[in-house]
Amino acid sequence: MDLLYKIFLDPFVQMGAAPDLLVQTLWEGLVAGVLYALIALGYVLIYKASGVFNFAQGIMVVFAALTLVGVAARLRQWGVAPGDVAAYGALVLTALVMLGLAWGVERVMLRPLVNQPEIILFMATFGLTYFLIGFGELLFGGEPKVMITDDLHLPRGALEFKMLGGFVSLQKIDVAAAVIASIMVAALALFFQKTRIGRALRAVADSHKAALSVGISLEQIWVTVWFAAGIVALATGIMWGARSDVSFALQTLALKALPVLILGGFTSIPGAIVGGVIIGVGEKLGEFYWGPLLGSGIESWLAYVIALVFLLFRPQGLFGEKIIERI
Amino acid sequence: MTAGRGAGAHEALLSVEGVSLAFGGVKALTDVSFDVRKGEIRAIIGPNGAGKTSMLNVINGFYRPQDGRITFKGRTRSAMRPYEAARGGIARTFQNVALFRGMSALDNIMAGRTLKMHRGFFWQLIRFGPALAEEVEHRRKVEEIIDFLEIPQIRKTPVGRLPYGLQKRVELGRALAMEPDLLLLDEPMAGMNLEEKEDMSRYIIDANNHLGTTIALIEHDMGVVMDLSDRVVVLEYGRKIADGTPDEVKADHKVVAAYLGVPH
Repeated sequence: MDLLYKIFLDPFVQMGAAPDLLVQTLWEGLVAGVLYALIALGYVLIYKASGVFNFAQGIMVVFAALTLVGVAARLRQWGVAPGDVAAYGALVLTALVMLGLAWGVERVMLRPLVNQPEIILFMATFGLTYFLIGFGELLFGGEPKVMITDDLHLPRGALEFKMLGGFVSLQKIDVAAAVIASIMVAALALFFQKTRIGRALRAVADSHKAALSVGISLEQIWVTVWFAAGIVALATGIMWGARSDVSFALQTLALKALPVLILGGFTSIPGAIVGGVIIGVGEKLGEFYWGPLLGSGIESWLAYVIALVFLLFRPQGLFGEKIIERI
Repeated sequence: MTAGRGAGAHEALLSVEGVSLAFGGVKALTDVSFDVRKGEIRAIIGPNGAGKTSMLNVINGFYRPQDGRITFKGRTRSAMRPYEAARGGIARTFQNVALFRGMSALDNIMAGRTLKMHRGFFWQLIRFGPALAEEVEHRRKVEEIIDFLEIPQIRKTPVGRLPYGLQKRVELGRALAMEPDLLLLDEPMAGMNLEEKEDMSRYIIDANNHLGTTIALIEHDMGVVMDLSDRVVVLEYGRKIADGTPDEVKADHKVVAAYLGVPH
């Protein structure tokens, strides 16, 4: 009885007793969710256009953030005025680097593998991952760095609200992250649904040769989509980097995007956001209210359990395209 | 067959000269030359493994021949990329249907219009002004094709769910949506029953007659080939063994030997 009480009643009693804490927890879950969604978005983009799970998305986040910090430091060394100019200059240069990366990936990795089975492309993204780890370390060194949050004028500090008989504090950087992520998601969703290039992207994902035969240039599509994924990686890198350090450890965070993808569906951009929020909020609530029962640490595995349950009942995810197979 | 087709012009739309293609030691095509005249239906026939599909793949740029020249609309080249071929006005269908399975029949055919849309993607995004007018215009064209192929009822159905015969029809629709100068059909009637074959033949003839599309097709059903085509080229083991009207080809002893074998 006591156990049942602790599982089914006690947490809700606590929520009712301290609503300000509940709001705080929900908010933190929301922010974590939005950040997961940003990573998931990178995966969705590439999955949509090449039908391939891009294992390298995590390291692309790290690589983009490292490039940004590294280039900004170099610009300062060369005597470019510190602050705005160096930071925004570095931002533009990093975007160019991501464009170069997209072009290189298309040229060296994707083009020779046209019409190959997806598993081969998937393995190629492993190769890309290890290349970027080595290349990043070579250029920028392995030690953790600090994100140039101030130079980019990202807000810091917290907003405090007095409500529900207590305080709720929102980190301004989190608010910024949520806003930026929402804008990106909206823009990309429209782009995919409503434009000629969007239709071409979906076509390429379905069949290379059919896409070629109607005059879609695979090269152009792939560069576009990897560049978009690179920009998403850059945004993710800035947001995650601002919350902790910029280090190679960040790439393991990318694995958190997996349950998000399973929930939202690999092919849906809005799905990435909704999946991210469900996972983020679920994690935080679980950790805070049910965690003590299991000696805490729920946060690190709850997401995967949710994903497993989803796989049983809705393998295509909440918003994924229906899986139709004729036999 | 019918008067009016290929009328007047003996002008070659496409000519293939001395094309050779090998994969390592396997010679898929050896010194093949033929032409396709504006407005005609040209058939490519031959026993299995004769190199018919390879020939189509060379024409639309999937394969690069080691040797030979291809002249299309007066421009000569040895190889081009598939999307350049599509831009130049070559459309095709595939032996084993290649559709965008996750998309509806309508979207598949719309995809054929990709090259005809020119408005910047920003305008397409907000669906406003010229971009909206453009989308509507293309949609109208696509609806015409859907009517032409008599498939209005499956407009919104994801093509992965359709039976084989209809998938082939959607694929033809996608190719027609490109308003091609030259349409390559790789076994358009493979795996169809008699009724479906008759329907498909009708669409091919109508496309040729009313839309004026020049067609090069590969087909195994000899009855269909002899009825449909103006001229036939016969391949065997990657070489051309005959070229002429259906009647000429039927009478050619090399062709008979290739199909039936020679008495020893």
